[in-house]
Amino acid sequence: MSVAIIDYGAGNLKSAAKALAFAGRASNTDVVVTADPDQVAKADRIVLPGVGAFAECKRGLESKPGIVAALCEAVLQRGRPFLGICVGMQLMASVGVEYGEHPGLGWIKGRVVRLTPKDPALKIPQMGWNDLVLRRPQHPLFAGLASGVHGYFVHSYHYLVEDPAHLLAEVEYGGRVAAAIGRDNLAGVQFHPEKSQQVGLRLLANFLAWKP
Amino acid sequence: MLKMRVIPCLDVKDGRVVKGVNFVDLVDAGDPVEQAKIYDAAGADELTFLDITASHENRDTLYDVVAKTAEACFMPLTVGGGVRKVEDIRKLLLAGADKVSINTAAVKDPDFVKEAATRFGDQCIVVSIDAKETAPGRFEIFTHGGREPTGIDAVAFARRMAENGAGELLVTSMDRDGTRAGYNIPLTRAIADAVTVPVIASGGVGTLDHLVEGIRDGHATAVLAASIFHFGLFTIAQAKAHMLAAGLPMRVEPHKQAM
Repeated sequence: MSVAIIDYGAGNLKSAAKALAFAGRASNTDVVVTADPDQVAKADRIVLPGVGAFAECKRGLESKPGIVAALCEAVLQRGRPFLGICVGMQLMASVGVEYGEHPGLGWIKGRVVRLTPKDPALKIPQMGWNDLVLRRPQHPLFAGLASGVHGYFVHSYHYLVEDPAHLLAEVEYGGRVAAAIGRDNLAGVQFHPEKSQQVGLRLLANFLAWKP
Repeated sequence: MLKMRVIPCLDVKDGRVVKGVNFVDLVDAGDPVEQAKIYDAAGADELTFLDITASHENRDTLYDVVAKTAEACFMPLTVGGGVRKVEDIRKLLLAGADKVSINTAAVKDPDFVKEAATRFGDQCIVVSIDAKETAPGRFEIFTHGGREPTGIDAVAFARRMAENGAGELLVTSMDRDGTRAGYNIPLTRAIADAVTVPVIASGGVGTLDHLVEGIRDGHATAVLAASIFHFGLFTIAQAKAHMLAAGLPMRVEPHKQAM
């Protein structure tokens, strides 16, 4: 099986690649980090990582010729399983409001807005381990995981999904914050599975086994 | 609920751990990768490498160590020590570090932090603040391992660093470092209350109660410690259990292989 990690100049691609290779070590998984539309078209699964600002990531993605079209074709037309991580998840939104309003890919209706915890003592970014409340515990991504497991978060913005059915998991941070979202063959996690030790590796292995 | 973090720090010199526990079953106790794996399995929430290599020529050994650690440990890794240029940050991130901590370079040129945060994102830039209490309630930045005063007010500097894009501040009380007398709580608290970004307390831990104080009284959201873990005084699990018993939110999970 082949997994394409989209390379658009964003950080920690290597961490994501290494964790996916480790999670898929038993199933002969071939992980490529690529900005080549042909490779994206050929991949069985696609991962969009991301750190940094929404607008900058979107610009980075659009600066790679043909990559957005290849992504949309593979994911929306041909139903290839897709996982967005952190800003990679946020890019699925209709719009992001970090440093001005910017359109996202519009795959899962919603807006990405700044974290505004009710308790002013809570720090921004949310940095560290938070326990997941699974809203769709039966989702294949969560096989072997249950509410209460921790993911490692680093973010200042969060995803407000329009349709509550698209919310897969939440965390509490001075209010409810989306931790995982998805529909059909699309999924996204706000936390970093590649940095979430056994819980993260399990989620990545589940993604590799997922048959939406 | 977000959990408070326990971060062991390893001093690395020329690619070898300088202080470290002689863990039983460890083939090579001086190998940072082996130590990192132990802390990973023990449930450390993050790991920090502090490179104290004297000469810059031996820097490549550090990149190698970071790369090998990232290969084996799927947890957040911060690397500090000798970070002076944007190129140093790029190399560390490419090797597999998640965050890079900047110390002297941030004091010399506060705009360097702005440049780094713009280029790599706030989330991976940690500014490490070494300060001493020069008068009650007066905290001053020191460089060169606490030997050189700068005349810079630590709290004002912390605010400026957060404005410049530091995603996190590592606050070390130089007058406590190595004393095992506990964190300098007034310093930690003054900075934590002055900024919206997370603060890591550091310098002076001797007991498990000190870890609790760093968070409860110092308002930090993470505690960093070196010697209490290295010398085998306490394990990560003991530290977390103690903090949990004191009412702090901690991540305590079985750390056996889940797959």
